[in-house]
Amino acid sequence: MPELLQFLVSGLTIGAVYALVALGFTLIHNASDVVNFAQGEFVMLGGMVTVFATAAGIPLPLAALLAIAVAVLVGLALHRLAIEPARGASAVTLIIITIGASIFLRGVAQIVFDKRFHQLPGFSGNDPIMVLGAAILPQSFWVLGGALIVFCGLFLFLERTLMGKAVLATAANRLAARLVGVDTSFVLALSFGLSAAIGALAGILITPITLTSFDVGTLLALKGFAAAMLGGMGSPLGAVVGGLVLGLLEALGAGYVSSAYKDAVAFLVILAVLFSMPQGLFGHRSVERV
Amino acid sequence: MSEVLLSADNIGIGFGGLRALDGVGFEARAGEVLAIIGPNGAGKTTLFNIVSGLYRADTGRVVLAGQDVTQAPPHRLAALGLSRTFQNLQVFFRMTAAENVMAGRHLRERSSLLADLLRLPAARRANRASRDAAMALLAEVGLAEHADRPAGSLPYGALKRLEIARALATEPRVLLLDEPAAGCNPVETAEIDHLIAAVAARGIAVVLIEHDMKMVMRISRQVVVLNQGRLLAAGTPAEVRNNPEVIAAYLGLHGAKEAALA
Amino acid sequence: MNARWATLLILAAVIAVIPWFFPSGYYFRVAALVWVTALGAVGLQVLMGQAGQVSLGHAGFVGIGAYAMALGPKYLGLPVLACLPLGAVLAGLIAFLVGRPILRLKGHYLAVATLGFGILVALVLVSEIAITGGPDGIRIPRPEIFGWRPRGGEAWYWINGAALLIGVWLALNIQHSPSGRALAALHDSEVAARTIGIDVARHKLRAFVIAAVYGAVAGGLMAMMNGFVTPDAAGFLQSVEYVTMVVIGGLASVPGAVVGAAALVLLPQALTVFHEYEHAVLGLLIMLFMIFLRVGIVPGLATLLRRRPA
Repeated sequence: MPELLQFLVSGLTIGAVYALVALGFTLIHNASDVVNFAQGEFVMLGGMVTVFATAAGIPLPLAALLAIAVAVLVGLALHRLAIEPARGASAVTLIIITIGASIFLRGVAQIVFDKRFHQLPGFSGNDPIMVLGAAILPQSFWVLGGALIVFCGLFLFLERTLMGKAVLATAANRLAARLVGVDTSFVLALSFGLSAAIGALAGILITPITLTSFDVGTLLALKGFAAAMLGGMGSPLGAVVGGLVLGLLEALGAGYVSSAYKDAVAFLVILAVLFSMPQGLFGHRSVERV
Repeated sequence: MSEVLLSADNIGIGFGGLRALDGVGFEARAGEVLAIIGPNGAGKTTLFNIVSGLYRADTGRVVLAGQDVTQAPPHRLAALGLSRTFQNLQVFFRMTAAENVMAGRHLRERSSLLADLLRLPAARRANRASRDAAMALLAEVGLAEHADRPAGSLPYGALKRLEIARALATEPRVLLLDEPAAGCNPVETAEIDHLIAAVAARGIAVVLIEHDMKMVMRISRQVVVLNQGRLLAAGTPAEVRNNPEVIAAYLGLHGAKEAALA
Repeated sequence: MNARWATLLILAAVIAVIPWFFPSGYYFRVAALVWVTALGAVGLQVLMGQAGQVSLGHAGFVGIGAYAMALGPKYLGLPVLACLPLGAVLAGLIAFLVGRPILRLKGHYLAVATLGFGILVALVLVSEIAITGGPDGIRIPRPEIFGWRPRGGEAWYWINGAALLIGVWLALNIQHSPSGRALAALHDSEVAARTIGIDVARHKLRAFVIAAVYGAVAGGLMAMMNGFVTPDAAGFLQSVEYVTMVVIGGLASVPGAVVGAAALVLLPQALTVFHEYEHAVLGLLIMLFMIFLRVGIVPGLATLLRRRPA
């Protein structure tokens, strides 16, 4: 029992990070149909900037804010300089642009920072809390709590504010949204900024547990993407559920099957889901119009 | 009466909560033109999509040349002699006009993947034969001089005819035409008119969706009228033209006058 | 003379002539790497450029071909050279099996499914340390061709150059054949392709298998040339680079894949002085190309030449 609980908690913790990355994917995808493969770099930036800022003597909360600000700037620049000029390009072209952006950001991070692994101290210390025989890092609560706040905040933003409604309208039908006066270009920029902030926050929260380095973004992006697909591309709720399910499956797979194939578990599940229900858990079946 | 080549019976399909078609059917005969008319949203194109295997109907049966093909995928239907064009153009825009029609010869090309890879004589023969057939068809639809132009550079009316040529390249027994004259000027419409008559004269069963009432009344032997997914009327052009329900639901005063003049 | 023969002739001339300009033997090695990478890229061009199906897992097949060269001799006692066709058949078979469900997907979904496949292959190569040697890689015995043991960059330059020439010839043949027309048709409009009798699933699968076989042969040659292979050969970054080669060169163009491969292999060579900046520059170039020269180098140059009166 304690073993299972241990796996569940670590699964949920990492799953919350996947959910945040998937949420970032979903925001951008809904606003623009772009699948942003550079999403993982926001997570990397969040962790790395915080690490180097604290090392330079900046207190942790300020360093975290700085990291989020840097990620948001990078996100806005990505939209303005790379996505906006390529408007109307095919899906493949846009995928490759964001992959290029991801490689570029990784390359720059490698120059600006370094190639080593870095860790942050746990926000509430590193002494595990014993719950029903399972040792749980206090940082896990930070991750889960942070993720929960983001989910609730995003939900309130989308459902309760005019700007959030503009985002939803743009996602539902870009042309119609523009016709009723929504500035879709602003919504797009907003989506990039917002998902960069969410990604960076995920990176800050998880770094005390998993370490960070210039190249952590790739695998995180892939798994976040996988989580978004599992939930059904385009559904924010699906992204959250997809992320948590993926994290749990991965932790259970690593615990009971083989830790070497931890990443394989995730992709096998994705392939299985894609084959059996290509629209994901929360997506809609679409009829091709001819 | 000539042989029934394609029959659809009691076709029904729903999308979400919406019944797009309910209990619709028709019989298309060799050498005859059957027109399907009805207001926008009546379910005409949906019916084509079911008959040509792109959608799967919830109810009903489709029989092609005596064979039940209700569940058959489009490429099987093509092999059995059914071909079609599209309301919203589905031209191969990256190819030339000639290549578009050559692609339509796919089922007639006797060349294996290995022959294609190694460019064996079989592959070269297939290329030549398809090219010849395509040129003949392009000449028939009046596009011979545009054969080697990229399809994307052709005007709309030409693309409509290119699609017909591509559909004919499969040597169909049944040809479905979805608004072949839409967006064409009167001269182009007359050309398509003649083309359809010539195709039917070869013994091909032509099923036509068209809004141009003059054209429908002139060339079709039978007319099926759909309204809101249901069969409103069926019969000869004269019968349909004088059916009060049809006049009320669809033709309207203006349309009735137009049809009477035709 | 048609464009197909012109392309082959130009490529053959380039392969034959450029060694005259090599200042040292090192350049043979680099050029040999260009040819063999281009072979893998040409295979991906058939799948992506001709059939219009994305694959972010192409390096997976390259890896399968490469590891066949190490594992065949070690566990089956086969001569290395016999493992080249063996790896190709194995890759083709795997492509045939995974391709059918994967190719039902479209767009982003296809991208992530192929990506997942590539990552799984790389993971197996990294994790099965007892068999594959794990992350450190594995040695490949020297091949022997009728008593001749190719050694050094120059031998492999000619072997890989010849292999590329054959690969380009086959890919061009496909492009201008009934099979190629079927691929181009389903690329432009799957719906229309189906209604003229093209079995879309079958033709996509064929393109996928062809790409896999190209990848495996390229991987096998590369492994023999290096005498060594690591799981990086099958990695995600490699897959991305293959896609980039095909796209930068010009999706619609077979020689484009060769040009793209040359660009991506030579770029890091040119940047070795600035080793630190390699990734940043690579990423920047990918973005710039995709934004400003979307049709790719070869079609872009062709339009430029056509515009200028002869």
